[in-house]
Amino acid sequence: MNVAESFNYWAVMILMMSGLYILIAQGNLVKKVIGLTIFQTSVFILYISMANITGASAPVISEASSQTNLLFSNPLPHVMILTAIVVGISTTALALSLIIRIKRAYDTIEEDEIHDMDAQ
Amino acid sequence: MMSNQLAILQVVIPLIAAPLCLLVRHAKLTWLFALTISALCSVIALLLLQQVTTHGPVVYALGDWQAPIGIEYRIDVLGAYLLTIVTSISTIILLASSSINKSELSKQKQPLFYVAYLLCLTGMLGIIVTGDVFNLFIFIEISALASYTLIAMGKDRRALTAAFSYLLVGTLGATFILIGIGLMYMLTGTLNMHDLSVRLVELSQSRTLFTAFSFFIVGVCLKLALFPLHWWLPNAYTYSPSVASAFLAATATKVAIYILLRFIFGVFGQEFSFSALPLQNILMTLGIVGILVASTMAIYQKNAKQILAYSSIAQIAYMILTLGFNSHNGLLATLIHIFNHALMKGALFLALAAVMYRIGSMEIKQFAGLGKQMPWTFAAIVIGGLSLVGIPLTVGFISKWYMIVASLENGWWPVALVIVFGSLLAAVYVWRIFETAYLQTAHEPNKQIKEAPLRLLIPVWLLTLANIYFGIDVRFTQNIAELATQSILGSAM
Repeated sequence: MNVAESFNYWAVMILMMSGLYILIAQGNLVKKVIGLTIFQTSVFILYISMANITGASAPVISEASSQTNLLFSNPLPHVMILTAIVVGISTTALALSLIIRIKRAYDTIEEDEIHDMDAQ
Repeated sequence: MMSNQLAILQVVIPLIAAPLCLLVRHAKLTWLFALTISALCSVIALLLLQQVTTHGPVVYALGDWQAPIGIEYRIDVLGAYLLTIVTSISTIILLASSSINKSELSKQKQPLFYVAYLLCLTGMLGIIVTGDVFNLFIFIEISALASYTLIAMGKDRRALTAAFSYLLVGTLGATFILIGIGLMYMLTGTLNMHDLSVRLVELSQSRTLFTAFSFFIVGVCLKLALFPLHWWLPNAYTYSPSVASAFLAATATKVAIYILLRFIFGVFGQEFSFSALPLQNILMTLGIVGILVASTMAIYQKNAKQILAYSSIAQIAYMILTLGFNSHNGLLATLIHIFNHALMKGALFLALAAVMYRIGSMEIKQFAGLGKQMPWTFAAIVIGGLSLVGIPLTVGFISKWYMIVASLENGWWPVALVIVFGSLLAAVYVWRIFETAYLQTAHEPNKQIKEAPLRLLIPVWLLTLANIYFGIDVRFTQNIAELATQSILGSAM
């Protein structure tokens, strides 16, 4: 398989693994959320990449496009990803608001410090 | 006319009711409202169950867009069975929730609690009814986001960190599921589950399908807290408000098991799942190890809710174990245990909520002598506990019976021994609660403790009596589970 041909999928894989790594390796809760967001975004790119058809244009119907026989990329994954982005944003919002509450309750957002405080 | 719309009403009613709770903003009124909605949902679920058992699967095209184009809701016996379990448990728990929430949540938070509760219910019901894989992902996220909120409302500050780690794990799981869905769509160009099951058959050698399958199954297993992906669950159940832990423990993981069943046997197909991949070995190994490890962990916990949380992980492992048998009786055992475990955990968590209401603590050592002070509550805990162990005349016995029959049928007597040994471990951790409550004498403050009020005892005992009733009269569970098993295996062929 040619790397240039499947460039998007390589990017997806690299982003996905970096996101997952940040999520696991970082002790700071905000950084964890950043990792999670990168991880989610990589999946969005996966969906958008698969919708693409070589030589196709954006699926917008207009006067000109209905006359010439243009190729369109598949709009359905775009729609799905719009929904998934909304879900992703709500998750991030909820995560950040939980972090604010955690900061108030523990006065820190470092995982190991929180763990030590709970162990006492 | 109305009966055609039941499938959609099941989901839309709680969905619309949730934001309406925000407008009411009065603790008692929102509670009454949520209770009414949940009761309405359980009536609809019962009607659907009746409709499905007599006329076969209900298919509903959303907005009248027919299946492959539009989203389709499809309810078979399995779905209707799960709907009935989730809605009726939710209603009984809500019945008790008013006074429990009053003691655990501030006045402003109570209406918000019911908003999250109804949204969580909506998500679960949606997962069960939908026949579209992307729609499934959305409902998974609705119920998950609502349950993070529910858990974070706990009084203890550890509820916040528990909710946060659940959020990370839950989102990770849901995104894995999303990757699986994406790859399946890439292969087939459809999102409809029925369509997928037809088209995936030809692709059983495709490596993309293996990848999709692995991502999907791991994602669901994160959601259902299958050992070793369970670490988020104990704290989430322990520190959440009592009503939320009772609701989530009794229903959430069951719904995740339903997704697993639906995909392993329906969408991917039994043949692909079990012959192309060593799924049987994986599920059975994880099941056996999960039963032993989680039950042992439960013995060493100091907090009563934590004991039950670990016990939940063990019970999920039982369900996965019998699911892994890949036989008619194994599946039957899983389905029966789904129902029975919902009854046991519902009763136990609700009874503990009544204890919490009186003593304000879940530490086992605080339970000393309470058996005398709160005889009815602790009698319920004893019955629930015996049911967990699997003593005859309780639902637990029925579950264990079917599990052992299913394993002996294949000649796997070591597996049957593990199931029995798991029961013994359950007896040990349940005994720790009994011993403290009945054999130790009450300390000074505990002598003032009175029995829980009647409005708590009624729902607790409803669930406890159901534990005994369905332990003696197995006709309902057995018939429905049998029909559901046939429909699952039928759809696979």
